[in-house]
Amino acid sequence: MRVWQTSDARLGASRHRRRHYVFLALAAVMLLLLGAGAFLAPRWPRSASANAQRYPVDDRQAFDRIERGRYLAVVADCAGCHTAPGGPPFAGGLALQTPFGTLVTPNITPDRETGIGSWTDEEFVAAMHEGRGRGGMRLYPAMPYPAYAKMTRDDVLSILAYFKTIEPVHNAVTVNQLPFPFNIRLGMAFWNFLNFAPGPFQPDPQKSSEWNRGAYLVQGAGHCGTCHTPKTLLGGDQTGAPLAGATLQDWFAPNITTDPRKGIGNWPLDEVVHYLKTGTNSWTLASGPMAEAVVHSTSLMTNEDLAAIATYLKDSGVAVSTSPPTSVSANDAAIRAGAAIYKDNCAACHKDSGVGESALFPSLSGSALVQSDDVTTLARLILQGSRAVATPDKPTAPAMPVFDWRLNDAQIAAVLTFIRNRWGNAAAPVAASTVARQRALLARSP
Amino acid sequence: MPRKLPRKDVVIIGLGWTGSILGYELAKAGLDVVAIERGPWRDTATDFPPASAQDELRYAVRLDLFLRPDQETLTFRNNASQTALPIRNFVSFLPGNGVGGAGVHWNGQTWRFLPTDFRLRSHLEERYGKDALPSDMTIQDWPLSYDDLEPYYDRFEKLCGTSGKAGNIRGIKQLGGNPFEGWRSSEYPTPPLKQGYGATLFAEAARKTGHNPFPQPASNLSEAYVNPLGIKLGQCTYCGFCERFGCGNYSKASPQTCVLPALLRFPNFTAQTESEVTKINLDSAGKRATGVTYVDTSGQEWEQPANIVLVCAFALFNVRLMLLSGIGKPYDAQAGQGVVGRNYAYQTTSSVGLILKDKVLNPFIATGSHGMMIDDYNGDNFDHSGLGFVGGGYMGFGQTNARPIQTRPVPAGTPKWGAQWKKATAETYQRACSLATHGSSYSYKDCYLDLDPTYTDRLGRPLMRMTFDFHENELKMSAFLTDRLAEIARTMDPVELVALPRKGPYTLTAYQTTHNTGGTVMGADPGTSVVNRYCQSWDVHNVFVPGGASVFPQNHGYNPTDTVGALAYWTADAIRDRYLRNPGPLV
Repeated sequence: MRVWQTSDARLGASRHRRRHYVFLALAAVMLLLLGAGAFLAPRWPRSASANAQRYPVDDRQAFDRIERGRYLAVVADCAGCHTAPGGPPFAGGLALQTPFGTLVTPNITPDRETGIGSWTDEEFVAAMHEGRGRGGMRLYPAMPYPAYAKMTRDDVLSILAYFKTIEPVHNAVTVNQLPFPFNIRLGMAFWNFLNFAPGPFQPDPQKSSEWNRGAYLVQGAGHCGTCHTPKTLLGGDQTGAPLAGATLQDWFAPNITTDPRKGIGNWPLDEVVHYLKTGTNSWTLASGPMAEAVVHSTSLMTNEDLAAIATYLKDSGVAVSTSPPTSVSANDAAIRAGAAIYKDNCAACHKDSGVGESALFPSLSGSALVQSDDVTTLARLILQGSRAVATPDKPTAPAMPVFDWRLNDAQIAAVLTFIRNRWGNAAAPVAASTVARQRALLARSP
Repeated sequence: MPRKLPRKDVVIIGLGWTGSILGYELAKAGLDVVAIERGPWRDTATDFPPASAQDELRYAVRLDLFLRPDQETLTFRNNASQTALPIRNFVSFLPGNGVGGAGVHWNGQTWRFLPTDFRLRSHLEERYGKDALPSDMTIQDWPLSYDDLEPYYDRFEKLCGTSGKAGNIRGIKQLGGNPFEGWRSSEYPTPPLKQGYGATLFAEAARKTGHNPFPQPASNLSEAYVNPLGIKLGQCTYCGFCERFGCGNYSKASPQTCVLPALLRFPNFTAQTESEVTKINLDSAGKRATGVTYVDTSGQEWEQPANIVLVCAFALFNVRLMLLSGIGKPYDAQAGQGVVGRNYAYQTTSSVGLILKDKVLNPFIATGSHGMMIDDYNGDNFDHSGLGFVGGGYMGFGQTNARPIQTRPVPAGTPKWGAQWKKATAETYQRACSLATHGSSYSYKDCYLDLDPTYTDRLGRPLMRMTFDFHENELKMSAFLTDRLAEIARTMDPVELVALPRKGPYTLTAYQTTHNTGGTVMGADPGTSVVNRYCQSWDVHNVFVPGGASVFPQNHGYNPTDTVGALAYWTADAIRDRYLRNPGPLV
């Protein structure tokens, strides 16, 4: 007996969150710390906001302020992590499984004992801007404070004003369930030293106010780079390649720079807006972690903010594109096998022409994701399938079926090599061992 | 003891076409709705992946999507002098199972009934005299007109994205469409499907012999389409795996592809699967339903209280549930009294098999409902004077598939197996085709449904008993229609032609159609109907049977789904706009 209710249930019980990537780096960091004791040399300013301008705080009960806070909490997708599946909003309790153990998201409802009901403005700002919780406790950067640090103090306090209005829920959460040595929070001081550039967003006076609004949202509350920016070995952002795509949670968060081949350079501005608003556009459909970002955040943003984001994305970043690789020859054995596999398994939806159908079946022809260097998502979609996002405008939520029972590693590699080198696409062939590795990884995932 | 659940505004029994349409309309109106479905959840691409769902053995031979007789069956006899026995293999008709119901496994053929069908008895008596109808024929006028239902046909077709060519838009005849059809308020949502070679040959033959061929209306979509609920459907690939199969590439209209994605977004809608409603509960006076009782797969019984009960199961099981719940007076054929179970009807189909010369028909390029049809011999589109029967049907080239296990056309005299048979199959497959007639099945005093006195189901409830046989009127009609079709077919210059008009007695052992109708028929007179013109029970005003084919007073010469969907919308409007404001009898 099963009960089906609302579209969220269809996305499955295991909701993906924008979990953060630092844990791969933690082991190295902790070993370093324990070995050298170097963490005793504090170089981090005690409080980044100590010298910040103090805003006179206006009426916390003002509707405008609370509404702005509610909206910013949507942009920041606070509920995405701070709500357990089926649980009350913002009451925490979502377990973030990491290779190093479990972090459980805290309760951010205004409950005075177990939530943030008794937090002062300064404490909340310190959490958002510096990654310091109550009493100076170091937060793990699973909380994207490196991005939220870009938000103005006024915006941060608006979010707090909103949080103070929501239903308090008594829910004590033991956040840090990491095993030793990762459970030592002080290690994050060292991580911050290496990876965290504090300070508010700096507008570019050369650009339009719309562009600056977009930059503020992308870099700050929207924390797009948390998933889409490649990471250093220690899990910090590669500052030289913002939004150029990164792998996390067995998904490849695609390149969203203006690169025409690997990024979204070919998407007209309104197609970027449409994608963020509805989860689909002429090329593709959001699924996986981005589906959740669309449902809980981008689809609820104003059209003006989405246009600002699109304006910024279409006019920013680093053109890293190289000339496309040479297409794999049509006579290649993998291409020939892949063509036959495609015909039998894929063409009914994606069509012989590879163009699919807008808002139903993603176009493979000309797709940046199909031609990306990292095939994590591609292999995953074939192995495990996926369901596209459902939004009020585009409720269909079509699914990609599971093929792991039907196609072996070599067959999946062949069909991937085929779609990456057909219809004008060009990308490196995919090895069966790559698919095998992905299959093994997914088998271990909860 | 059943465990009692919190009260809902509406409980829907069965989540197929009517259940999902009513669920959507009433959830949208703000009501708290639960749908209880006997079978499993079914999803488009994940349950029917286009790469592997075309499994003829699993779905067409082993009938994976259908109700198993050990879940529920019925007993059958041809007439009251026989002792009915349980159906242990569904063959003649195949009830569905699971979310989507028959809307999952249907062919997609989307026909409206004729305007004259809605006032059948009046029309026939006016034209041919009161004596023209057999005395035991119990056909009756519908309690609503074609004009009443037209906007709702239109809505259902727009929901499905039906592909076709209109023949009559607001009274103006349209070239290329069905010249006999009732008026339409608009053209079909999508253009007709592309026709295969066989259908093209038939259309030429029909035209040359003075008939009016047109593309069969199909809810297998000729092009991608966004329906009024914002749901997108894809383009049909003509794979030829429609009937008995789910469609995984979103191109065959079904509750899954047309309604459920939008319905599931309502937080005030819940679907409870793998749970079978065993009874509609009534208050002590028997005048008001208090909800339903259902049993889950663990055997646990649950009581679901509700203010409105919608009976949305397959036609046959709507009738059984009304009988088991004691709603309405059961039909007594001997006395000719009572209503529940009365006017069970079916469909009178026949075929003309052809083997053509030197043709390559590629019959595997197919959908459940493309093909070229003529409507010259349907309903009262032709003069029945002196023919000795009333009724009719559409006919034409509508080969829905040529799947390899079950499509083995061979010339007469070929051995049933072995090398000769294989050789003949290989030589014939590309040249053979099957034309069909789809005839009406009018209702009779001695064709009915009631509870079986002997056999019970796994829960101890009496099985329903079907008493049905073809009558002379239908057999004469089938002979006439089949002759007309064979005449056209002969002009296609076949090397072999086998005409198979429907013969009696009705038998369960060969598939005919799953168009079982009647038993809770709608009407203007409580003495001859179970529900009124708003599909509302005459006896228990908060029970509706919103448009299952069980409300058809008789069956006409078309497939039922378009009318089922239209009646679902009609009933939804009546509940929302009239019943909610003033709960009570609407007539």
